[in-house]
Amino acid sequence: MTTPTFVTSVQTEKRSKVFWAFSDSWVLAKRSIKHITRNLDQLFSIGLFPIMFFLLFNYVFGGAINTGDLSYINYLVPGILVQMLAFGSNYTTLNLAIDLQRGIVDRFRSLPMARSALLVGHVSADLFRNTISGLIVLGVSFLLGFQPVAGPVEWILVLCLAALFSFAISWLSAIMGLLVKSMEAAQWTGFIIIFPLTFVSSAFVPTDTMPEALQIFAENQPLTQVIEAIRGWLVGSPIGDSGWLGFAWCVGIIVVSMPVATWLFRRQALR
Amino acid sequence: MEHTLDAQRSISADNAIVIKGLRKSFNKLTVLNGIDLCVKRGTVLALLGPNGAGKTTTIRILSTLLLPDSGHAVIHGFDVVREANKVRSLIGLTGQYAAVDEYLTGEENLLMIGRLYRLSHQDIKRRTQKLLELFDLMESSDRPVKTYSGGMRRRLDLAVSLIAAPPIIFLDEPTTGLDPRSRLIMWDIIEQLVAAGTTILLTTQDMDEADRLADKIIVIDGGKIIAEGTSDELKQQVGSERLEITIAEASSFEKAKRVAYDAGLYLDGKTRTLSLAATKGGGVHQLKQVLSRLDEAGVDVENVSFHRPTLDDVFLTLTGHRTEQQPNIEIEKQKVQK
Repeated sequence: MTTPTFVTSVQTEKRSKVFWAFSDSWVLAKRSIKHITRNLDQLFSIGLFPIMFFLLFNYVFGGAINTGDLSYINYLVPGILVQMLAFGSNYTTLNLAIDLQRGIVDRFRSLPMARSALLVGHVSADLFRNTISGLIVLGVSFLLGFQPVAGPVEWILVLCLAALFSFAISWLSAIMGLLVKSMEAAQWTGFIIIFPLTFVSSAFVPTDTMPEALQIFAENQPLTQVIEAIRGWLVGSPIGDSGWLGFAWCVGIIVVSMPVATWLFRRQALR
Repeated sequence: MEHTLDAQRSISADNAIVIKGLRKSFNKLTVLNGIDLCVKRGTVLALLGPNGAGKTTTIRILSTLLLPDSGHAVIHGFDVVREANKVRSLIGLTGQYAAVDEYLTGEENLLMIGRLYRLSHQDIKRRTQKLLELFDLMESSDRPVKTYSGGMRRRLDLAVSLIAAPPIIFLDEPTTGLDPRSRLIMWDIIEQLVAAGTTILLTTQDMDEADRLADKIIVIDGGKIIAEGTSDELKQQVGSERLEITIAEASSFEKAKRVAYDAGLYLDGKTRTLSLAATKGGGVHQLKQVLSRLDEAGVDVENVSFHRPTLDDVFLTLTGHRTEQQPNIEIEKQKVQK
């Protein structure tokens, strides 16, 4: 070891603020995505969950559920797809809580990087994870006899809404991740919020057999709108207002939760 | 506003870090109660103190992680609150817990942080290779960090904070929990950084560490500075290093007492020890003389030991209370003598 090697002139690149905001987000998105590909437990659950839900609902409950003209598998696929996206987007809560507990967030905060980049990184990783689990859901569904009627335009609409929905739930999850005080809490907050939202919806059963109060909630909550929109485009069920309502809900959630999450992150930084 | 900024910049011409009247409370607990200090460029300042003294809080404020309630902290002329982003590109931070990413490899950690420091891709690659070599991490550079040992993680953590070659480095208890060998390696690296002109502010609970690395030591307790100076100056305040001779049980206490009296020393009747100041050169000479006189008088010596003031001594002397470390039998003995 020789002494002068520690201090060398290094050049910082001169670029615009906007360039760096994107660059920082990209660097941290790559980090979070590497976490997914290197953490076999996470990959395993991404693959396992949709398969289990398919088998459970299609073969155990499906026979007893009346979905009218639609075959149950055609009814079920959009529901499981949206449920998996919601579960997948919830990883931001856990991963953010893990980062906050370790020293690494202090390191990031002591760097001249964009403040929101860490959040954007986790949210982008959710999108990556959801792409994988979305493909698994569709792959399994075709094996089980799923027969979509969607044309190219409908598929593109499905893709856009699915991505936007994933993004929206991830930002909501970021808020939870910043508010929880422990890893255990991070695990159950997702469970008590995402779980009821997916089950009290039209994901697995038509809402008209639910008690009235539950039915009102189920028919008007964002997940049902997104599910009904995707179901309409994929298998041609009546779509009503769900198409634009689904998009509106997602945009609304993003517009509110993105600044709230960023504000919480900054505020936490200076506790 | 402009005026105070100018004033701050002129103060900090020689000083890399200037802190004035820094205060911070969490709820009602006062953690920093008016800290003033300066760190000259290219020197090492050690903040010495027990757990909860305010060391880490000071570092967190300086590294822009925490806002002070009042007071100023200026780094290379930039205010840590108002010009936080300028400060961030000047500092490297190594915390108590290795802040590296477990799932990334050592190399990926360096590349990632380099880009977040906004270095050019060329510089990042060059620095990464250099640092992996310097910190002896070349062989494990493509393994995920979760497979690293504690010492390797700390080395990587320090390497990561050096990726942008920052002129100022904060080390928060850099060797706490490390095995002796890893600790020596860290000390060696820190000394090389200083030789290369880096300014370092480090916190420690360990007098030896402060002694070896620091140009100046500041002792803090309860959020206040209670003593400052070089390591020698502090030790003088506390009492110098001493050599102690313990007389064997079987030997005549009276004879030993006479030898001690002739040499101008005091023989403690209870512990049967003779204590003499370990001044450079003189101490050893006197020790030899006393030992040979005891020998001539037929007094057997059971044990000769060396005592240096510890952090606990500093605290006992300066504050009248001890640090929250486990009781040290050696210190108990010295207390009895006093």
